[in-house]
Amino acid sequence: MVDRFEKRAIVVALTLVLSFFVLLVYAAKGLGADLPTCLPDAKPFKQGELIQLGDKRYQLNAVAKMWNFEPNEIRIPAGSTVDIYLVSTDVMHGFHVNNTLVNLMAIPNVVNYTRVKFDKPGTYDVICHEYCGVFHQNMVGKIIVE
Amino acid sequence: MENVLTGQKVASARSRDELLSGASRFIILSEIVFPFLLLILGVALGLLQVLARAGVLKDSHYFGWIEYYQGLTLHGVINAIVFTTYIIVAFSNALMVSVLKRPLKMGVQWVSWAMMLVGTLMAAFAMLTGRANVLYTFYPPLIAHWTFYVGTVLFVVGSIIPFFLDWIPNYRAWKRENPSARMPLAVLGTFVNFTLWFVMLVPVAIEILFQLLPLSLGLVDEVNSLLARTLFWFFGHPLVYFWLLPAYVMLYTMLPKIVGGKLYSDPAARLAFMLFLIFSVPVGLHHQYTEGGLSANFKLLHAFLTFMVALPSFITAFTVAASLEYGARQQGGRGLFGWWAKLPYFSTKGDQWLFSYFVAGLLLFLFGGITGIINASYNMNMVVHNTSFVSGHFHTTVGGLVTLSFLGISLYLIAKLRGSEVAFKKLAVAMPYLWLVGFFIFDAAKSVVGIMGAPRRTNMGLSYADSASPLYQPDWVVWNHLTMLGGIIAVVGFVLYMVSFFGTLFAKRVNEPSTEMPIAEALHDNPAPVLSNFRPWLIAMVVLIAIAYTQPLIEAFRVTEKSPAYKENMPVPLKMMQGGQ
Ligand code: HEM
Ligand SMILES: [Cu+2]
Ligand SMILES: [Cu+2]
Repeated sequence: MVDRFEKRAIVVALTLVLSFFVLLVYAAKGLGADLPTCLPDAKPFKQGELIQLGDKRYQLNAVAKMWNFEPNEIRIPAGSTVDIYLVSTDVMHGFHVNNTLVNLMAIPNVVNYTRVKFDKPGTYDVICHEYCGVFHQNMVGKIIVE
Repeated sequence: MENVLTGQKVASARSRDELLSGASRFIILSEIVFPFLLLILGVALGLLQVLARAGVLKDSHYFGWIEYYQGLTLHGVINAIVFTTYIIVAFSNALMVSVLKRPLKMGVQWVSWAMMLVGTLMAAFAMLTGRANVLYTFYPPLIAHWTFYVGTVLFVVGSIIPFFLDWIPNYRAWKRENPSARMPLAVLGTFVNFTLWFVMLVPVAIEILFQLLPLSLGLVDEVNSLLARTLFWFFGHPLVYFWLLPAYVMLYTMLPKIVGGKLYSDPAARLAFMLFLIFSVPVGLHHQYTEGGLSANFKLLHAFLTFMVALPSFITAFTVAASLEYGARQQGGRGLFGWWAKLPYFSTKGDQWLFSYFVAGLLLFLFGGITGIINASYNMNMVVHNTSFVSGHFHTTVGGLVTLSFLGISLYLIAKLRGSEVAFKKLAVAMPYLWLVGFFIFDAAKSVVGIMGAPRRTNMGLSYADSASPLYQPDWVVWNHLTMLGGIIAVVGFVLYMVSFFGTLFAKRVNEPSTEMPIAEALHDNPAPVLSNFRPWLIAMVVLIAIAYTQPLIEAFRVTEKSPAYKENMPVPLKMMQGGQ
């Protein structure tokens, strides 16, 4: 059907993309760098708050709305592990904590979730990276790790 | 009379006027010239965007007129939807006339032409008057004026009419005259592309007609935003292949001829198109990796299928490179790499000026392929999602190979249809290299600053790029400025192109008007009937779509609380604004 050089090229390309795929499955399932998933039981909330669950354990219920986050600034000690739940109460927003792997979409009435550990002290910007109206470029929160 | 190579009858001397009437020339020419008038605005807005994002412009509006996000909506809709679709329809019309040697069906063409025009004007009205500042993805619950949605539907439906009512019947008639011939490769690529176009329009039509339009008209109060977004990306990813496949048709059929060679392998080209047919659609979740509400396992399945749809592009890369090598060796190229020197990079002889568009586009697409695989790589996407890395990426794909090959073919068709010679050929040949250098810098800089966290779709001149703002990000500055430099270089290339474009449009006629295209023969050509038979591939396509989308759509449907509509300038629902006055 196809000539033999062409066949070789196809085999090489297939090997390449399959090995990429195996590596990313390993990163997701073996190293725990997985994506947010469907949480059928999570109820959308309207109030944002930071709840301390234990020593260096927190739950952040983050609300994205035109044009800030609630709470817009939080302080936690270095080494804290935070369960982030995120929801939007109006239009779509983004929630990108710079210099971390936290990169979430905030969709109305859909709860998004990820867990992150903050080891390095510093101020982390939380940038809204989905267009959400005229003041979108000013929608920034802060996570201060002390 | 039979052509020994293709087994197809050479057109019985149909008179030229019968094949290409004045009206059909007008149709195709206007489907090229009209979107170019809009593209001038689209590119000007691109320039203003790089200036704003570099902090050179620090205003919500450009010169008090067009607002940043209004401009970005226009930029996305004009460049990525209107311009691309128009050129695809015009090119496909010309290709059918040229390959099947049958005239266009004018009744069908006028209906399509009028629908596309009215649709464009309606959407343009909404966008230019600030009634649709929703960007080209129009995610609800942000809502636009109904003219935006109705215009979009008219436009896309108009664009698919010729496929069903002109090209398919014309192909059937051709087949009756040439019963032993295979479907020509150019026709096969075009038919695969418009089959995809039809399939992908179903989900977005459902989104617009059943969710957004009723919300915009106030017939319903609420919308399921996750469902809308899922339906949008059901359309949005295959959309990029709708842009790309016409460029691949040119690479397979025209490019080998232009370099004086042959298509390396005809079956490989057919296989690539058929693989696009089955893998292009069930991959949309790779735009939704970072959102809740959808199972991670289905995101992983879409990631896998996205890698599969990379396969036909790898095949294309190999076949195109092999065809170029064959052509260059025919011209006396020697050695392992020496043949590269024999390609007509700067030639203005005959149709060879087109080579610059293809080669610059291919080089940009090399980077687009690599950054695309990064975007698609599931967890790696968390580093780049919605950062400027992504918009760097697609200016090398749709803004790179697709745009360059469309600019090339438009200039070519203008000259053929008018019977003029390409004017200012040297400018036309310089243009793609400026675009290449410009968008290479643009993409590289946007990639770096994206990984640093710079968001896309953001008027950074008012915050991150403004040294007087508390949100100022000094580390991003140099990369924003490099992006601007790249953008300016590309725009200079565009200006040169437009000089040649209008020069050609208004040049005097020296040849008979035609739609003739340079179409290469195949070097290796052992017919495999399964590669010209749509049925098994269509079945595979439907099965894969059902497997990949049933569960995600059920999950999206399960979102029971819905959202009211919002305008972009008020943090309260539209209904409350209207009711509370
Ligand atoms: C020299 C010409 C161009 C320049 C300087 C330019 C510049 C830009 C910039 C800076 C952005 C990002 C704006 C932001 O994220 O805030 C953008 C977005 C975009 N551009 Fe271009 N562009 C050009 C040509 C094109 C072409 C030819 C196409 C397609 C055919 C295109 C398609 C897009 C699309 C689809 C977006 C995304 C819009 C969105 O995120 O909603 N651009 N452009
Ligand atoms: Cu926002
Ligand atoms: Cu995609």
